[in-house]
Amino acid sequence: MNPVNYLYLSALLFTIGATGVLIRRNAIVVFMCIELMLNACNLAFVVFSRMHGNLDGQIIAFFTMVVAAAEVVVGLAIIVSLFRSRHSASVDDASLMKL
Amino acid sequence: MTANLAAYSTSTGEAFQFWVLGTVAVIGALCTVFMRKAVHSALCLAGTMIVLAVFYLANGAYFLGIVQIVVYTGAIMMLFLFVVMLVGVTAADSLKETIKGQRWLALLCGLGFGILLFAGIGNASVQDFDGLAKANANGNVEGLAALIFTKYVFAFEITGALLITATIGAMVLTHRERTERARTQRELSEQRVREGKHVPPLPAPGVYARHNAVDIAGLLPDGTPSELTVSKTLRDRGQIRDVSADALKDLKALEQRAEERLERTKPEEASK
Repeated sequence: MNPVNYLYLSALLFTIGATGVLIRRNAIVVFMCIELMLNACNLAFVVFSRMHGNLDGQIIAFFTMVVAAAEVVVGLAIIVSLFRSRHSASVDDASLMKL
Repeated sequence: MTANLAAYSTSTGEAFQFWVLGTVAVIGALCTVFMRKAVHSALCLAGTMIVLAVFYLANGAYFLGIVQIVVYTGAIMMLFLFVVMLVGVTAADSLKETIKGQRWLALLCGLGFGILLFAGIGNASVQDFDGLAKANANGNVEGLAALIFTKYVFAFEITGALLITATIGAMVLTHRERTERARTQRELSEQRVREGKHVPPLPAPGVYARHNAVDIAGLLPDGTPSELTVSKTLRDRGQIRDVSADALKDLKALEQRAEERLERTKPEEASK
């Protein structure tokens, strides 16, 4: 097997995540799909690192993880405060910008 | 394993692992998207992330593989589960479309995007792999550390600032200030006396000697349940069990048994 198959898997996971973001309306699930896309990117970075024989790709994947963690913390806090004021986690209900 | 990493093609073992675990990862991703309940989605995503951690390990990213398990499946996914618990497990997505044909359009977009990505990878010259044997020669963690603290040290410091900002941001977003002082017990009792509606403490729930669960309304002397005895939370949720009919039925059965024993019943009444 050629290691390029990892790249195809990464592309497939990214596509599934992107489709999920478009289809789902529960804000938490949309968030999980974004996490899936980030993970797919990380896999691609790691495979590229193996391809080029240096560790820069792994460093970028590491930074992606840190940024993803920060993003999850803030995003989930926004979802919780939205839920408190609207009693719903659906992204369609948050059409007005005022609370 | 190090020898395999340099190879143009992977070992049979890695190929087998890729096909088995890759299938699991794709199924997990699909379940994340298509499961109706957010809890199931979160668990499927956790499974996919564990599989990805194994792939990192197989690709020579030993540090990232462990970090993936500890940070992603250990911290981030559990954070997701906590929020799902806060927001409500039962809040399943409504399947009604608000924009007509949105689902099919989204699937079409996803398909097109996937074809684009696959064609891009297929056209790129990604045939020869150098492997990480040389880069990992002094150990993966040591190699990463040497890069982080030299070439990427500025980015590393910026991410530290980002994490602090995110923490403070989450605290600010979820913090709620009390707008008024909580009333003390004395003030509450004075208010009760002033209103004069219900001065003593509320009656306890349960029907004595029969049912004493908190969700069972106590019975008034005439046998009707009193909603006042059940806590307000259960009342709002509508989770009150009404046993008033049971009590009357039990009483009737008791009377009938007593009459049978005392042989006071007529045969046609006993058969009824």
